[in-house]
Amino acid sequence: MQSISEKKQIRKVIFASSVGTLIEWYDFYIFGSLAPIIASQFFPKTNPTAALLSTLATFAAGFIVRPFGALVFGRLGDKVGRKYTFLLTLILMGGSTFAIGLIPGYEKIGFLAPMLVLLLRLIQGLALGGEYGGAATYVAEHAPTNRRGYFTSWIQTTATLGLLLSLGIILITRKSLATDPADSIRVFEDWGWRIPFWFSVILVGMSIYIRLKMHESPMFSKLKAEGKISVNPIKESLMHKSNLKMVLLALFGATMGQGVVWYTGQFYAQTFMENTIKIDFEQTRTILICAIVAATPLFIFFGNLSDKIGRKWIIMAGLLSAVILYRPIYHQMISVSSVADSQVDNSKTHIDRVLKPNTGKGYSLQNTTTYTVYENGITEKKIHVDTLYSGEIEKPQLVDKVSKQLPENRYWMMVALIFLQILFVTMSYGPIAAFLVELFPTKIRYTSMSLPYHLGNGVFGGLTPFIAVLLGTMYSGDLLVGLWYPIIIAGFCLLIGSLYLSNKIDNNVND
Amino acid sequence: MNSIKKFFGIIWMILGAGTYGMLVKTAITQISLKPTTDTIVQWSIFVIIFLPITIGFLIFGWLAFKGAYDHLPSSSDEIV
Repeated sequence: MQSISEKKQIRKVIFASSVGTLIEWYDFYIFGSLAPIIASQFFPKTNPTAALLSTLATFAAGFIVRPFGALVFGRLGDKVGRKYTFLLTLILMGGSTFAIGLIPGYEKIGFLAPMLVLLLRLIQGLALGGEYGGAATYVAEHAPTNRRGYFTSWIQTTATLGLLLSLGIILITRKSLATDPADSIRVFEDWGWRIPFWFSVILVGMSIYIRLKMHESPMFSKLKAEGKISVNPIKESLMHKSNLKMVLLALFGATMGQGVVWYTGQFYAQTFMENTIKIDFEQTRTILICAIVAATPLFIFFGNLSDKIGRKWIIMAGLLSAVILYRPIYHQMISVSSVADSQVDNSKTHIDRVLKPNTGKGYSLQNTTTYTVYENGITEKKIHVDTLYSGEIEKPQLVDKVSKQLPENRYWMMVALIFLQILFVTMSYGPIAAFLVELFPTKIRYTSMSLPYHLGNGVFGGLTPFIAVLLGTMYSGDLLVGLWYPIIIAGFCLLIGSLYLSNKIDNNVND
Repeated sequence: MNSIKKFFGIIWMILGAGTYGMLVKTAITQISLKPTTDTIVQWSIFVIIFLPITIGFLIFGWLAFKGAYDHLPSSSDEIV
């Protein structure tokens, strides 16, 4: 039975760890969410070197640097301590996020701009690689034996809440920079996108203050006092067969599948809504926000449940649900947003024309927006940009943008379909911190659990949207072809996990 | 159960080598179809990053085949 002061202490530990980790995820995701604007500001497509830096910034930070961060900071965490290591990752992440918001655009400082963005993005990736393992280890090493799943599940909510916070801050900033919505979006795309990056410094400052007041993990302190800390955590993690086999099992039997389920439910779903079934920008974000808000408590539920029935089968059930239900769910998403079988309601269809005379480049533009309303309630918005007069000047390219606005009933059906996908995320991700902590000994825990986590999430998971889109372009006849990547990876992980993992909870992590 | 674990060890090794071979083949095909900087960088990163993971998967298969997963450690004393 825990005393009141012990309960108070563990709440403080969870709060300090979770807030910092949430902020790190927020920092990491705002870059991804604002990628098109950042690309236009720093990486002009017309310049091949800038385009190369853009590709490196996208891929390198997510896939290559994160596992390296896991090794570098994991080693530090196992040698110096959990508290100071995840303080350092927080400072690095917050500092680089704030600095990205300060870099002048490519037009002002040329190549220095994309170089600096790439450098700072790499620092972000490194810091993220070191943060999660530290926070999960720190909380688990404070938690009572029978409640480890419950307490670490708070850490598990932070990635999703970080995404939620980034979506929310971007939507609010985008809408509140001018009274006219169109002007506000223009200002946001000009300089307002920097605000979410600057906002990070306030959050990071608060989190550093909270974390500074925390004590080192009691298990690590004991180990240090006894002079039993690892001399070379990376070597002990990866060169000792008995530990390497557990690192490999954690990767191929749990985190690999959990990673693709996480990124399919929360990133590929967003890409699919916006680019494949053409739901408009704001509805895509609010649908995701509603589903995340509804599903987030389930991280805690499954974390808590794992203390009672074991971690393995909850994680496996999440993977199994994803393997079986992804295709029906995405099929239903296409159907909910389809206008193929619906007649046009001519009484509500209308056309707006806006003339933009003298754009300053020698031609005038006319924006024609056609709102086609269908009997099933879906409004299709088609923007067509025409050059009215160009004289001798080269005509700008014509632009056609199509987006759909869902009516209320279909909107909530879409929320339910995304919710289902996040439910699978909560099952596979909720108990995983406790599961990883229990696999490894205290003296090399930070290093050993961080590596499979970031390989599973960063490489297998982070690649999900790219590989899914890539499969879509290689086999363009099937809209759902991109789902084969997460289905196959989750399927193999399910098989490996079911065969080789144990459902037994390790009661003693104090070793 | 342990013999199934060992048998699947062979499957993992074949699968790991075969999948990586397919990845390299696809990368070469895609780069030759569209030899732009973006394509070359993207596919090179895929090929490089999946190499250590494939080696890890082969080791995993080998360990499974040799019976290393017949018994999982119940205490950290069995690990280091």
